Amino acid sequence: MDQPKNKRYGMVIDLDKCTGCGACMVACMAENNIPFRDDDTDKLLSVSWMHVYRLSNGKPFPHAEECFLPRPCQHCEGEHGHSPCVSVCPATATDYDMHTGIVSQIYTRCFGCRYCMAACPYHVRQFNWWDPVWPEGMERALNPDVSVRMRGVVEKCSFCYSRYQTALNRAYLEGRRELSEEEYQTACTQACPAGAIVFGDLNNPAHRVHQIVKPDLAHGGRPRNPKVFRLLERLGTHPKVYYLTRRDWVRRAGDNEIQKT
Amino acid sequence: MKIDRRSFLAFVFGGAAGTALSPLPWKLTDDISIWTQNWPWTPVPPKGETTYVASTCTLCPGGCGIRVRRVEDRVVKIEGRSDHPVNRGGICPLGAAGVQLLYSPWRVRQPLKKVDGRFVPVSWDQAIGEIAGELRELREAGAPEAVAWIAETDRGTTAELIRRFLTVYGSPNFIRTPSAQDAWETALYLTQGQRATAGFDLERVSFLLSLGSGLLEGWGAPPFVFRACGALQDRNGRFVQLEPRLSKTAAKAHQWLPLQPGTEGTLAFGLIHVILKEGLERKPFVATRTAGLEDLKRNALREAFAPEAVAQATGLEAKTVVELARAFAAAERPLAVCGRGAGRVPGGLQETLAVHFLNALVGSVNVEGGVIAVPEPEYIRWPEPEMDAVASQGMQTPRVDGAGSERYPLARYLLNRLPEALLQGEKPAVRILFVSGGNPLYSLPDSERTAKAFSRIPLLVSLSPFLDETAAAAHYVLPAPTYLERWEDVPGAAGFPKPLIGLVRPVVAPRLATMPTGDVVIRLAQRLGGTLRAAFPWESHEVCLRQTLAAAWEPLRKNGFVLDESFRPQPFETASRKFEFGNAELKPLAEFRPHPAPGDPGVFKLTLVPYDSLRLTAALGTPPFLVKALESEILWKNDIRVEIHPQTARDLGLADGADARLITPRGEARVKLYLTEGIRPGLVGMARGLGRGAHDRYLAGKGASANRLLAAVEDSSGFEAGWGIRARLERA
Ligand code: SF4
Ligand code: SF4
Ligand code: SF4
Repeated sequence: MDQPKNKRYGMVIDLDKCTGCGACMVACMAENNIPFRDDDTDKLLSVSWMHVYRLSNGKPFPHAEECFLPRPCQHCEGEHGHSPCVSVCPATATDYDMHTGIVSQIYTRCFGCRYCMAACPYHVRQFNWWDPVWPEGMERALNPDVSVRMRGVVEKCSFCYSRYQTALNRAYLEGRRELSEEEYQTACTQACPAGAIVFGDLNNPAHRVHQIVKPDLAHGGRPRNPKVFRLLERLGTHPKVYYLTRRDWVRRAGDNEIQKT
Repeated sequence: MKIDRRSFLAFVFGGAAGTALSPLPWKLTDDISIWTQNWPWTPVPPKGETTYVASTCTLCPGGCGIRVRRVEDRVVKIEGRSDHPVNRGGICPLGAAGVQLLYSPWRVRQPLKKVDGRFVPVSWDQAIGEIAGELRELREAGAPEAVAWIAETDRGTTAELIRRFLTVYGSPNFIRTPSAQDAWETALYLTQGQRATAGFDLERVSFLLSLGSGLLEGWGAPPFVFRACGALQDRNGRFVQLEPRLSKTAAKAHQWLPLQPGTEGTLAFGLIHVILKEGLERKPFVATRTAGLEDLKRNALREAFAPEAVAQATGLEAKTVVELARAFAAAERPLAVCGRGAGRVPGGLQETLAVHFLNALVGSVNVEGGVIAVPEPEYIRWPEPEMDAVASQGMQTPRVDGAGSERYPLARYLLNRLPEALLQGEKPAVRILFVSGGNPLYSLPDSERTAKAFSRIPLLVSLSPFLDETAAAAHYVLPAPTYLERWEDVPGAAGFPKPLIGLVRPVVAPRLATMPTGDVVIRLAQRLGGTLRAAFPWESHEVCLRQTLAAAWEPLRKNGFVLDESFRPQPFETASRKFEFGNAELKPLAEFRPHPAPGDPGVFKLTLVPYDSLRLTAALGTPPFLVKALESEILWKNDIRVEIHPQTARDLGLADGADARLITPRGEARVKLYLTEGIRPGLVGMARGLGRGAHDRYLAGKGASANRLLAAVEDSSGFEAGWGIRARLERA
């Protein structure tokens, strides 16, 4: 069998279609065993790998406009895999996988110094201040493919890595080494009732994500589609999560810091 | 063994650092994470074989197809079915959190009976026996009509079993929970002569005009509506939202027109006015397929609906009204929709009629891209039951909610009128009330009055899986299984333009000592004996379901749903065989009357408008994942935040985040303020779904319920038409 080609898994989210419903957040919680607490209203302390932000054009009534921006981990490529978080982790608990382009988080290695949280410009990473507790019986709903995290470690979106592994295992059993586009899809992509999220291999011209973004792979994957942008492009983090919109103010807002509320 | 993380790290640090620095491929090191699962203080979900079961979600009337992932006998995830016509793989946040309802430790585990104000567990036999005894006594006393049953829907075998039970028992008081469909179904019947539900062919619309509908906040079948709105954008269509606040729907629309709350009907007539005045109606359709246009003209061409007057009432500009009417009429496939918020309140019939007339004027009725009368499915054909004299007599009595009476001849169900009916007389008109859906003690407006009215009922029986507000007030709770543990037929999906039947199937064995509502009905009938027993020849609901569906059972069981692809809209069934703008039944409704928010504007300077969110539920308890996902603009710690415009806040001397008392003629709540430019000055926007008295610790006691602050407002047809109340804010 041929060695499989390197993938660059990425996502493009159509902000004109996203309705801010939050199905992506909940689907991610269910898929990835995200814990919940009695009071999760302080979003700085609340663990959620996907968060839907509300952007506002800042204009007065009745010219106010809003837009919703779902934010998973941006899976920054940086320069040759030097994502901001990967570069600072003293425990190599987070790593950039050259085969998939996925930024991993290995909980058993993480000792909770939270350098990565400080380094991440997208507020993607969250610290477990408490051990997770499920009300009696509800732990039955936990997904055995994803390990439960404990107090003291940092966690974040993995592009549903367990789904990638499951799909790969199945393909191997069938004697294949390549996954088709549908075979590996993230939970949030699948759930989105608006069809706003498209996920796939940015290296593969047959994949929708490539076709929409038209990434300039020689230049850190910069989008060639003028309606597509990335968050804080100017930082040079080369994220693999792209956003699509027709609205100029939204594109401009994407280059500002986002505030977590 | 209990070791904490720090000491664990100190223990293995040397070794760990060594491995960490080595350049092993991370696929290998990721395997180390399996260690995590050996850490004693975090749960380890057992591995096992993964299977998928296709079923239907019933958490809202959307009727989405779901794919339930099981590991051995545990449900771990609910996803959308990609081959289902309603949701095409998508799922709403509530549907995705459905597993948490199944495994909630706050479910009712066995039948409960209230003794001295406290619930004690009893056996099913005892509960059914005692309730049947009460039913028998009431019937022997010659008052069978004093039994009523509130159900979620009036379709499907469970609803038919309940209705049959009441009929043979002798009570006409089957009550469906209210929704925008009440008004739409009546409008279709009046104008088209069709007994049908309203479907909206949103996928083919080119101009979507929404008069306050929360299209992206729970209206219709959410995933279907979402997809259609996205597709409208791809086709460069137009989508205009008329609503006083910048809801999520308004945020996605191409144009947000923040009209004054409660003036949607006035605006609809204003648009009709312009269309008729300028002769913009679709001539061929109006000329050949409608009747009574003169009546509409007489009404709509009055000065009250001229652009200036409408502008005055709605707060929009006259030229906006005119432009909107012109653009709507000129569009290739225009469609207007109404039913405020998620559509859980009927809204006024006149308002719905106005919107429906608007559609008829542009020819968007029973055509591609229009409103489509979707016939009620007819697969339930049971032999007429034998009735005894008590039953026949009981069935002659007027309905307790007044639906179908001389005063409210058009309504079929009026749950909103039940509290008032219960408060009348020395003894309440209902002696035994069953509630198998809708959680009225939470979901009806004016909660305090509703609670008082319901407390007069000598025997209240709740058939809810959860100890919701209504169950908590009941004398018996007969726990029903969740939708993941039972069979059920789901005819139709809210607002979906084609006839569809979905099947709910047990994904796991019932976890607790529950009984499906249909089985409770059958067991009660068996206990009562006589004609009642004879009317129910089935040993269980499941058997009844199989026999009823007959030939449709196998395809349904195999595929999970049956869609009538070949369905085409049926011809109008009015006497004229035309769409009626003004027949005899419509005449009394011609004089349009808006429903201003109740309360004295002198004392209550603001108006409270409720709004719906997909991250909150209206009747059901919101599962923990949704509470977690709730925006901090809505819930902060234990306080609900209400939206007001910064100008309004300045006038009141209140700042963002300030604590305040929100006072209406009906009640008072503690709130926190959220200042936003996305709401009309003078309004207070409040999410529905918080302030729950019951349910789990993630939800209970958080925020306040808008329903406590709202008043019941009924229109001339009896439907609940209110959406807002006068209010004031005071510093707390
Ligand atoms: S599920 Fe889709 S529509 Fe809903 S918030 Fe997420 S991206 Fe937006
Ligand atoms: S890709 Fe997977 S892990 Fe990441 S946000 Fe989406 S569902 Fe969550
Ligand atoms: S929209 Fe309704 S039917 Fe569909 S998944 Fe959500 S709750 Fe279930």
